[in-house]
This record gives sequence, C-alpha cells and structure tokens, in this order.
Amino acid sequence: MAEAQFKVFRGEGAKGELFEFPVEVTEGMVVLDAVQQIQSRHANDLAVRWNCRAGKCGSCSAEVNGKPRLMCMTRMDELSLDVPVLIEPMRGFPHMKDLVTDVSRNYEINKKIRPLTPKPRETDGTYRMQQEDIERIQEFHKCIECFLCQNVCHVIRDHSVKEFAGPRFLIRIASLAMHPLDTLNRLKELKDVFGLGYCNITKCCTEVCPENIKITDNGIIPLKERVAGAFYDPLAWLWKNLTSNSKKIPEKNK
Amino acid sequence: MESYEVKEHDVLVIGAGGAGLRAAIEASAQGVSVGLVCKSLLGKAHTVMAEGGMAASLSNADPRDNWEVHFRDTIRGGKHINNWQMVEIFCQEAADRVSELEEWGALFDRTKEGLIAQRNFGGHRYPRLAHVGDRTGLELIRTLQNYGIHQGFEVYMECCVVELIKEKDQVCGAFGFWRESGQFIVFKAKSVVLATGGLGKVYRVTSNSWEGTGDGHALAYRAGAELVDMEFVQFHPTGMVWPPSVQGILVTEGVRGEGGILKNSDGKRFMFEYIPDAFAAETSDSEEEASRWLKGDPEARRPPELLTRDVVAKAIRSERIAGRGSPHGGAFLDIASQRDAEYIKKKLPSMYHQFMKLGNLDITSTPMEVGPTCHYVMGGVRVEPETAMTTVKGLFAAGEVAGGLHGANRLGGNSLTDLLVFGARAGFHSAKYSKEIAEALNPSEDLLKKMERFSLEPFDPERTENPYSVMADLQETMEINAGIVRTKDEMEKGLELLQDLKNRGEKVRVEGNRQYNPAWHYALDLKNLLCVAEAITLAALNREESRGGHTREDFPESSEYFQNVNSFISDKEGSMFIENREREPMPEHLEKLL
Ligand SMILES: Cc1cc2nc3c(=O)[nH]c(=O)nc-3n(C[C@H](O)[C@H](O)[C@H](O)COP(=O)(O)OP(=O)(O)OC[C@H]3O[C@@H](n4cnc5c(N)ncnc54)[C@H](O)[C@@H]3O)c2cc1C
Ligand code: SF4
Ligand code: SF4
Ligand code: FES
Repeated sequence: MAEAQFKVFRGEGAKGELFEFPVEVTEGMVVLDAVQQIQSRHANDLAVRWNCRAGKCGSCSAEVNGKPRLMCMTRMDELSLDVPVLIEPMRGFPHMKDLVTDVSRNYEINKKIRPLTPKPRETDGTYRMQQEDIERIQEFHKCIECFLCQNVCHVIRDHSVKEFAGPRFLIRIASLAMHPLDTLNRLKELKDVFGLGYCNITKCCTEVCPENIKITDNGIIPLKERVAGAFYDPLAWLWKNLTSNSKKIPEKNK
Repeated sequence: MESYEVKEHDVLVIGAGGAGLRAAIEASAQGVSVGLVCKSLLGKAHTVMAEGGMAASLSNADPRDNWEVHFRDTIRGGKHINNWQMVEIFCQEAADRVSELEEWGALFDRTKEGLIAQRNFGGHRYPRLAHVGDRTGLELIRTLQNYGIHQGFEVYMECCVVELIKEKDQVCGAFGFWRESGQFIVFKAKSVVLATGGLGKVYRVTSNSWEGTGDGHALAYRAGAELVDMEFVQFHPTGMVWPPSVQGILVTEGVRGEGGILKNSDGKRFMFEYIPDAFAAETSDSEEEASRWLKGDPEARRPPELLTRDVVAKAIRSERIAGRGSPHGGAFLDIASQRDAEYIKKKLPSMYHQFMKLGNLDITSTPMEVGPTCHYVMGGVRVEPETAMTTVKGLFAAGEVAGGLHGANRLGGNSLTDLLVFGARAGFHSAKYSKEIAEALNPSEDLLKKMERFSLEPFDPERTENPYSVMADLQETMEINAGIVRTKDEMEKGLELLQDLKNRGEKVRVEGNRQYNPAWHYALDLKNLLCVAEAITLAALNREESRGGHTREDFPESSEYFQNVNSFISDKEGSMFIENREREPMPEHLEKLL
C-alpha cells in the first residue's frame, strides 16, 4: 500500500501552522478520506466539515495544494504524491479552527434577497412553465453553496467593499430575476444594495465552481446588461418593457 | 456549574432537513416564536442529498393516478403493516404540499404541457415522482430554506442537542452545545418538534452522513416516548461498491426509473427470477415486454427492476452468494444499453458526474457496479397520525425520525413528501399546543448539572477508549449481527457485543479542547447510536418472520400473527422493553382500495 505525506493547517483564529501526517493510500481514495484517516488515527480533534461525501452538500471546501476544491471530489490520483499534499482552510473567510472557517456572512447576505413573489396561478390551479424557459435558472439552482466562488472573488477579498453580494448570491438573484413566476423588479437593488457594478468579470468564480455553473457568462453578464439597459438607456428600457416579457433571457445569451 | 446561554421559544424544532424546515415554517405561520436547531450549517442536512424525487399523485404523467392508487401502492410496498391513518393523510395531502413549493420558488422538470413532470420509481404503479434531474433534495431544501429565512424563526446552526429537558411529565426544552465554541446552551420551549432524520451511521456501509446517528430516536426514548417498528431498516439495493472509499454512496433509483437494468456476471437480467407472487400481475415477465414499457406502451407491465427495494436488495445479495456477483461483490446496473448518452446526462447529471469523478467510469457507456447500502429507517418515534404528537406531552416528531407511515418498507420518493406533509402538521399542532400553555416550565438546576456532567465526562484523562474505534466496532457489529439477513443466534450475540460496546462507550476519551472538536461530538453521538442499535436488534429478534426490510434466515416466511401487530419499544425502569400490539383494522373504504 502506498503512503503519502500530508501537511494540514492546524490552529485557531488564523494562528496556527502546518502539521505533517502520514496517510495510507488505497485505490480510488479522495482527499477527504485522507483527512478523515488523519483524524481517526493521529488527530482526533481535527476540525473539518463534511456531510455527503459525493459533491452534493458543499460542506468540505478547502484549499488543496493552494487550489480551492471540494475535498470529497478531489481524487488522490490527480495529485502528485512525491511531495506532501497541502491542505489549508479557505482563505477568503475568517478562520475558526483547523480547516473550518466562519461562513456566516454568506447567510446574512442571502437574507437580504427578497423572496420569490409569484404571480397568481392559472385558473385550473396550476403553474405552466415550459422546460426551455426554466433551463437557465435550473442551472443556477444546482448551486450547492460550497462558497468556493465567494472565497476566490477578489472583490470580496478586498474588504473595503462592503455591499458586494458575491457570485453565489448574484446568481441567486439572477435565478429570481429570470424566474417565470416572479413579479418583482430587482434591478435597482442589484445596483445599489448588492454591488453588481463591482464585478469586473475576471471569471475566477466560474473557474472554481464544482457544479460547473457559468456564473459570469450566464448569470452576472446578463444581469449587468439588464441593469445597464434599465438605468443608462431609458429608451431601450421602455422598449423592452413594452414589447415583451422582460424575464426572457436575451437571445444572444442563450 | 457554568452559566449557560438561555433561549426561549414557544416551539423548538430540532433538525433542519425538509421536515424541520417545513415544521418551522408552519409554526411561524401560526404566529408563535420558533427556534430551529441543526448540527451542520443550514442547508446541509440529508435532505440535500436526496436524488430521485418526491411522490405525489399529481396525475400529470398518467391521468389514471390519484391518491387512492398512491395509498394502495404505499400499503402494499409497506407489506401491510403501515399505520393506515398516516398513509391516508399522507396520500391525500401530498399533491398540495408539493405544488405549494412552486409558489416558494421550486422549479421541477416540466412536461410538454408545462406542468410538473413525474418519473417512474419502484413500487409506484404510475409515474409519480416530481423531480429535478437527480438533485430533487437540493431543490427541496433550498426552496424551504430561502422561503423560511423570511418567516421570522430563529436558526441556531452548528448547534447540537444532547438531551431533552422534561419537568413533571412534560417536555419543556433541550440542552445542547455550540459546536464552534463548545459552550452549552439551554432552550426553554413550550413544545419541541423532533426532526432529526435517520440513523444510518449505525451500520458500516451506509448512504448517510455523520449526522445520521439516531439522535432523535434516542432523545425521545430517554424522554419516555415509544418507538415503533424499529426492526425495519431499509437497505437500498444500489449503493456504490467500488472503489472502497465510496462504498455505500447512493446510486439513485432514478437510474432504474429511467430504464436502467440489473445484470449478473453471466450477463443475465436476473430480476425476472425474483418476482414475488403478489406483484406478478403488474410486472413484466419478459425482456420483450419490459422494453415495450420503456418505449411508453401503456399496456406493457413494469419491468422487475422496479420492484420494491427490499425485493431488489435481496435479489442482488442472492446473486452474489450464488457466485454470480460483479467483481467487487455487487451487480451490474446498466443504463448505457437502454438510453442514449445525451438523455442520461440530462436526466441523471449528478450520477454521471459522481461516477466519472469518484469511480472513473462513464455511465453512458459502461455499466455501474452496485450493491446494498443502509439507507433509511422505517421505524421511529411513535406519533399520533393527525397531530404528530408523540406519547410524551409537548413532544412532536416528523420526517424520518417518526415511525409508522412506511411500514416494513418505504417506497422511494415517499420520504421527501412525508417531510412536507407531516412537517407541516407537526409545525401546526406544536404551535397550537404551545398557545394553550401559559408558560414553559423551568428546568431544574440539578437536571442541567447532570447534563453538563455527562457531556464533559469524555474529557476525563483517566479514560482510555478512542471514540472513532468504538464507533467503527459498533458499525461492524451491526453489519454482521443485525444486517440485511438476520438470525436468532447472531442477534443474541449482537446484543451481548452491544453490552461490551456500551461499557467501552463509557470510557471514551477525548483529547483537545471543546472548540469545534469532532472527537467530542462523536463521543456524545455514540450514546445515541448504542441506544438505537439495541432497539433495532431487540425488535428484529422479536419479529419471528420475514417482511419487507426485515429478513430472518430462520423464519423466511411472513406470518399472519405478525402481519397484524407492530412492535413498540419503551424504557421500563432503565431497560429496554418491547411488546407487540395489534393494529386497529382498516375501515372498509380503505380496505377496498387494496
Ligand atoms: C443519498 C440519499 C438519497 C435520497 N434520495 C431520496 C429520494 O430521492 N426521495 C426520497 O423521498 N427520499 C430520499 N432519501 C431519503 C430522504 O432524503 C431522507 O429520509 C430525508 O431527507 C430525511 O429528512 P428529515 O428532514 O427527516 O431529516 P434530515 O434531512 O436527515 O435532517 C436531520 C436534521 O436534524 C439535525 N439533527 C440531528 N440530530 C441533531 C441533534 N442532536 N441536535 C441538533 N440537530 C440535530 C441535523 O443536523 C439535520 O439538520 C434519500 C436519502 C439519502 C441519504
Ligand atoms: S467574475 Fe466577478 S464575481 Fe466572479 S470572481 Fe470575478 S469579480 Fe468576483
Ligand atoms: S455557485 Fe458554484 S462555487 Fe459558488 S457556491 Fe454555488 S456551487 Fe459553489
Ligand atoms: S462532503 Fe458534501 S460536498 Fe464534500
């Protein structure tokens, strides 16, 4: 059985250091398995979050060799085991203990988003929506709230910007703004409360998303276009509102 | 004694999966103050992992469907020992609870007419499961979460309840700790709703996460409530078996619902050999008929891969024992030969991803290897069907922790809807109950001291056992002695071993401090796991017949006596007591639906 070395960050409140542990490697093993092996054999009190072990819950986010990843979906055979594997907590959030960070800010931002305000049901009591009209939003609904995108976004890391919602919540607002049933106009708050304008489309968020959601191309950019249309081009805005259901995704983004 | 943080609510909901969130939403809607506690971050409960869908007779896919057929399927799937009052309520309210989710933002896959699409699943006569690809649980929990955070209840996340507080004969709160700081917290409440989910972690091979330690079952038992049907544990037929590190991770039944077939190492589609008489009339008896069904022929009967889970799990096990298993001791699940790659990726995207990533296997071209994994517990806290109240005053239960609805075997998709129907009922009735009470009773100092002492014992340096090893030994013991197939001798041995494990459990030693210390959390979970392990084994020993999820090698047939009784477990002077009681007979208007 092969053996690997792991260097795991341990400590509290950002104070800590890397500790080295041996790991016995078995076939098909993922990084989370290795961390749990360390926990059960060498460091019983090693703090780490996990739940589903299958990339479905978004709990096990960390930085593996400096890259933000889900530990349960990172196979050991993707990594070079000639050098120690480095496991650190997400850097973009306040540190709590070992691999666990304080992600509570995300929950606070989410609370500020106004909930879906649906139009009334059809006379037969149903809602009718066509599959092709919801496909784009279903993509955003795949989000498992791993917060890796929030972790890498430089606007969030630059703590001077307070009102930026971050990629995860911009696509959540996009999923409401493009929802066939929603009746609210969310464009003003996108600009004023959620700081859409701060995003300069570096696409770092899209690159790390384990659900492969095209956060920027399919979410943020269309929102930016709508906001620009609404606030900087009154004629276009009027035209859009008069001619069609403004919820429709602009043709060119389909 | 430390000074504790004290929080007071009219209703305290323990658990933030589908059941807990739905209960908190409903209780808040009644205008009372509600607190919601969960061990993980909000949105990470088991519910998020559910894949295939939620069952409700919306009859969008087949007009022949209605609540009565759903009732029939649920009772037949549960092998006739379900609490029929619960099943009746469940089937009648399921459709409303599911469509209500649309108003809160859920986006299910659609039919051509723009309605909620429904898919086939084991044991359901017609396509009945509302779904979103294979990530239905995520849609459910996120919808409830995002709607719920605006309903005014307070959320305590990464907070773990260690014990319920009971004064006189009434539950009046809970004692717990914050995982982050390790500090204790006392909840005072006029009523408490348990929505703590299942207990899969009592077995080694399971689809459940670290949270599934049967806390609610054990909390209720220790508070004096009755548990029902604890012998019935569901082993899902299709868990991953290879590589070892992913053993037990679920492969949704949706794969078979979308046409996937099971084959043995001879390449034979073996499920045709395992059709029980009771299901023969509605199951295909040839590959030719099954393939017509897949093409949508309404005259063709359902393929045998869609028999109930207990039947399929046992069939896979028998094939393996007969030497026809797959290389890693399972069976082959093949969808690649039945559907084209685009369709598979569209309908089962997360299965595709999961096997690609974790198993190095492309399910659009290669069969998967699958085998049984502990998935769900049908047994649970006994509740009153209408109100979800347990046998203890002020204590309610809903979702997987409650027993009775699913009988001896749960149909896939019936859990998610269960969370909604009975979550809402538990929320409503706990609020109503709280309104009728002037003030929550105060927990006595002595009681709190005792709870504090118990919680801190694992830090005693005199102790010697590693909590991780005791837990692993417990899981192995249950796997061997009270697993899929059971015998008297093994279970008696199991009970003895559990006694040893209990003694070791009392000696577990935790290093480090109280801050976010998983070893400490495991040490406390252990007490609950040991409690539910004993309940399962005792109940399984008691039921001398085979039925649904409970299979006795020494009693392979079903018995008439046991068809009419359910088993009830309660605490009698410090030891576990079990008795069988007859069910009220089903009224005629329901009987005739079968
Ligand atoms: C992989 C998988 C796939 C599934 N697929 C389907 C499907 O397609 N269809 C279907 O119908 N069913 C499915 N199921 C079953 C279904 O998901 C579960 O039965 C259901 O989600 C349980 O919901 P719940 O609300 O009862 O509890 P859970 O979702 O398990 O939530 C339990 C909650 O209780 C909290 N808790 C537990 N103990 C404590 C404590 N001591 N203190 C504080 N909080 C506590 C937890 O933190 C958590 O928030 C699946 C299950 C799994 C594991
Ligand atoms: S594209 Fe925008 S949201 Fe995404 S990481 Fe860059 S700045 Fe942040
Ligand atoms: S958008 Fe992607 S990266 Fe961001 S939280 Fe959701 S799943 Fe994670
Ligand atoms: S443990 Fe759920 S995403 Fe990794």
